[in-house]
Amino acid sequence: MQIRRVVDRSMTYLLLFFALVSILIVFLIGIFTIRESLEAWNEVGLLNFLIGTSWHPTQGELGILQMIIGSILATFGSLVLGVPLAFGCAIFLAEIAPQGIQRVLRPAIQLLAGIPSVVFGLFGLVVLVPAIRKIQIYGNSGFSILAASIVLAVMILPTIASITEDAIRAVPRSYKEGSLALGATHWQTIVNVILPAARPGIVAAVILGVGRALGETMAMIMVIGNSVAMPRALDPANPLTIFLSQARTLTGNVAVEISYATGVHESGLFATGVVLFVLIMLVNSGARALIRAGGNH
Amino acid sequence: MRHLKVLIGILMVVLLAVAACNTAPAETEPTVEVAAEEAPAEETSGSLSIAGSTTVQPVAELLAEAFMAANPGIEVTVAGGGSSTGVKSVAEGQVNIGMASREIKDSEMTDWPDLVPYAIAKDGVAVVVHPDNPVAELTAEQVMKIFLGEITNWSEVGGNDEMITVVSREEGSGTRGTFDELALDENVPTEFAVIVSSNGNMVTTVSTTPNAIGYISFGYMDETTKGIVIDGVAPTVENVLNGSYGISRSLNMITVKEAEGLAKVFLEFVFSAEGQAIVEEEGFIAVK
Repeated sequence: MQIRRVVDRSMTYLLLFFALVSILIVFLIGIFTIRESLEAWNEVGLLNFLIGTSWHPTQGELGILQMIIGSILATFGSLVLGVPLAFGCAIFLAEIAPQGIQRVLRPAIQLLAGIPSVVFGLFGLVVLVPAIRKIQIYGNSGFSILAASIVLAVMILPTIASITEDAIRAVPRSYKEGSLALGATHWQTIVNVILPAARPGIVAAVILGVGRALGETMAMIMVIGNSVAMPRALDPANPLTIFLSQARTLTGNVAVEISYATGVHESGLFATGVVLFVLIMLVNSGARALIRAGGNH
Repeated sequence: MRHLKVLIGILMVVLLAVAACNTAPAETEPTVEVAAEEAPAEETSGSLSIAGSTTVQPVAELLAEAFMAANPGIEVTVAGGGSSTGVKSVAEGQVNIGMASREIKDSEMTDWPDLVPYAIAKDGVAVVVHPDNPVAELTAEQVMKIFLGEITNWSEVGGNDEMITVVSREEGSGTRGTFDELALDENVPTEFAVIVSSNGNMVTTVSTTPNAIGYISFGYMDETTKGIVIDGVAPTVENVLNGSYGISRSLNMITVKEAEGLAKVFLEFVFSAEGQAIVEEEGFIAVK
């Protein structure tokens, strides 16, 4: 009897210890990154760092607004392209596809998640970039936010699709049966009953996709051009052409420049990492708030 | 619940302690280094001090390492500071050998007429385009205007009516530093330039982008890109060695009068097959 109690107690503490260690690791990374970035904050000030648009770190100009915007545009573009596709996949798999098709389709989508990002980048570089270059607008080099968005859309597809599918499957069967019994068609049931009931899970799926898109690096630096200029509409009459502009993402800034960076330059890259860290924390806590709001009724 | 709070409290204390430990050694490190550098500069017997250009510094450090391994009795210290510091500190006797990634200026020769430069290596950067690009030759001025974004269409330099895609390297890269200094007159390339992060990446990008122009270290030239002839001079190792190719420079080690004693032994090692192999490994062009 005594031994059982002791084992039980000690396992509780052991598990607590593991949980705390994982938090500790996040804390340590955060503290280290912030400490390394102090030199850059001191050099130009936090505000100038965030709203400055000139990035010439070896001359002491540290402004990353254009990269924040580059990251946001690439992520936004990937959601516009990727979310409808992922939702379609998820609804088809959970509600419509016969067993046989499911057995082929599901592993195929999951396989997509296992492809290394450098392979996506290579595909983007040799296929997407030359294809986009064919669009006849002056200033279009093919290296573009559009290319990045397409690559990202494919990369976030499996994440969003599989979590959305799980969320749809978790909706109690009685909801669907009730709706069908009332005379609603299958499609009406999906749109008006199943999807609203699965909303918290779907929101979580999209947010995880956003997190993946914001954090993606290797594939991005191969197709987006990494220019330090503010993204701009190539044809001022058509604002959508901003997606044909080259850009640099926050992750790309760190990855492209870290190898030779020293002093303030290096510190500026750590500061870029802190901004990325904060951005992703904001996205995650926004998601939590949305999920909580959705779960109330 | 109370246990949990206590535990978290303990954890925080540990965390702070770790953070404190982390800062402590980082602050003491530089003082140790300075002390190590100063000591040999005072006495010259059995030790040799080198300082100057940060471009030459990495290769000098490797040379010093190999030299010390071969001559265990001799201590060689290498410090940075920049080319001007290198010239000044050797002229004023603070170090035995100065390093400069440029020639000695006339004004410096006037101040210190005894300086003798030894070109230990050459550094060159080739301007490259896609092999299908009809443009094969540019003037130095055209190259500069293209990279500064003043010329934006290939038709302005005798090519197709296509927009030029300028490809450059990331800030901090040595190749970028050399190119900005020698080809762009210390200016920075247009902010619309595509940025890649290695010579290899530059080759891939230029060879897959028909309207691209970029630049690479000589060692990365192959048939997948076309080297541009600048002011009538082709980017070849021979033209760098004979001094006719514009985007190249000598990496110099400088002594006061002809090198003597330890400095002479060291320079002989630098010009030996082993020394020049180290120079090539670092991506520079060997002179012997």
